[in-house]
Amino acid sequence: MSIADLFNYMSYVFGLFLSLTLIVLLLVWLERKVLARIQMRMGPMRVGFHGALQPIADAIKLISKEDILPAWTDKLVYWFAPIVVFVPAFLLWVTIPFGKNMVIRSLDLGLFFIVAISVLSVLGLIMAGWGSANKYAVLGGLRAAGQLISYEIPLIMAILTIAILHQSLNLVEIVDKQSQIPNIFIQPLGLVLFFIAGLAELGRTPFDIHHAESEVVGGPFVEYSGAHWSVFFLAEYINTFTISILTVLLFLGGWHWPNIPFSGNLQTVLSVFVVLIKTILVVIVIFWIRATYPRLRIDQLMSFGWKMLIPMAFINVTITACIVYYDELPLWILPILSIILLVLGAVIIQRKFSKNITSTIEVISSKSLLKEKSEVNIN
Amino acid sequence: MISLIIFYIISALVLIGSAGVIFSRNIVYAAFSLFLALLGTAGVFVLLLAEFLAIVQILIYGGAVVTVILFALMLTKIDDFRSLSNINYWPVSAFLSLIVLITLILGVSQAKINTQNLGLVKFNDFSNDLFEYWGIPFEIASLVLLVALIGAIVILKDKGNDS
Repeated sequence: MSIADLFNYMSYVFGLFLSLTLIVLLLVWLERKVLARIQMRMGPMRVGFHGALQPIADAIKLISKEDILPAWTDKLVYWFAPIVVFVPAFLLWVTIPFGKNMVIRSLDLGLFFIVAISVLSVLGLIMAGWGSANKYAVLGGLRAAGQLISYEIPLIMAILTIAILHQSLNLVEIVDKQSQIPNIFIQPLGLVLFFIAGLAELGRTPFDIHHAESEVVGGPFVEYSGAHWSVFFLAEYINTFTISILTVLLFLGGWHWPNIPFSGNLQTVLSVFVVLIKTILVVIVIFWIRATYPRLRIDQLMSFGWKMLIPMAFINVTITACIVYYDELPLWILPILSIILLVLGAVIIQRKFSKNITSTIEVISSKSLLKEKSEVNIN
Repeated sequence: MISLIIFYIISALVLIGSAGVIFSRNIVYAAFSLFLALLGTAGVFVLLLAEFLAIVQILIYGGAVVTVILFALMLTKIDDFRSLSNINYWPVSAFLSLIVLITLILGVSQAKINTQNLGLVKFNDFSNDLFEYWGIPFEIASLVLLVALIGAIVILKDKGNDS
């Protein structure tokens, strides 16, 4: 490695940082707009065209705010936590392709690298919680650790099925092998598992338990303010974008579908647009889910992860491995089995939840107060 | 030249981390230092072109082991560890550590490692070797993990029945 190489890589890192920051600003604006439209509001309208400059105004406000340091904090851990959360979120992008030929380093172990690096941000959340010396923060940090470790398993398993299917861990190769059929038509169950586990990894609604305002105030970030809080914020939105683009690259065909007829530079530019548009659509689905579903309880979250997602993920891996290993079996068995499993899972969830609802009603109705009331009503 | 500078930086990180594990009086700081040391080791693996090993090191030690250690530490009272660190067993542990160190130094200096033809091992070749030639040791290792898992559940279950 020479000095010129080093300079080259530095320029890549700078470009990546700039584009990711722009994307985060876009996502912040988009989230507020989408949420507002779903709730029949206008959202930000004052700053710029339809509030397009609002996130920039917010960023300036955050940076110029006073950075408050509570007296009991463990200063070293407290200041390092935002870095430990941010660096992995940023480091993932070394091997994620934006479009055809648009990748900093196409690693052969790309998917494995992504899985390993994304695990590191858990530690940052724990550090933030512990360093804040705040009950709610510690509780939030521990919740984050429990949640992220549990949902990593179905996430990795869903990625593994794709790796088994295409016999590769290189993201570029996986996308290129989807030029005929995107993986969503081969592995619908894999997509659902990956998306749900990804939402939980992000800590977005309905899995935003570690920073649930009504339970642990703001989780690990309670004590952070100003610029340091905005680093967590930046990392969260970068992670949202990462999970969305991974969904697109792994399941929705990446820059294929629609196949771009041109060649050369024009193809590269158009492929970036295709990936970007698909990713934004996935991001909008995530925001839509946020506007629609209530938050899970912590025990519901754990039982859903360990009793539903992980068994289904293991079954999915086993089926995929069997079908890929025995070449005589046709590939179309896989989507059929996948859909059957998906329906089965939905039925189980439906039954379990309806049972819980009826038992809650029974408990309420067994209380004498309610009985008397209902009798009064009947009379 | 640059890789040499990077090597020195990484080695410094590993040494600082290891020193932190041993010398810090605060057990949580020790866990964070352990994380730093393990991450630095992954960096050394990268410099030796052992990509797979480096990623595994980050995934298992950086992600899982340190997180679980911290999880356990934060759910226990910090005073329990203060009394633990005052036990006067240090001559024994110093003696054992010295033996391990001497063995390692002798082993490394005697070994004939070919450092000239370092090359990147293709992941496919690596996995073929792992699951074909080293298949049985691999299975035994996973069996040990399974036994540990079941053991942990059994221990927990007995305690639950008592109370």
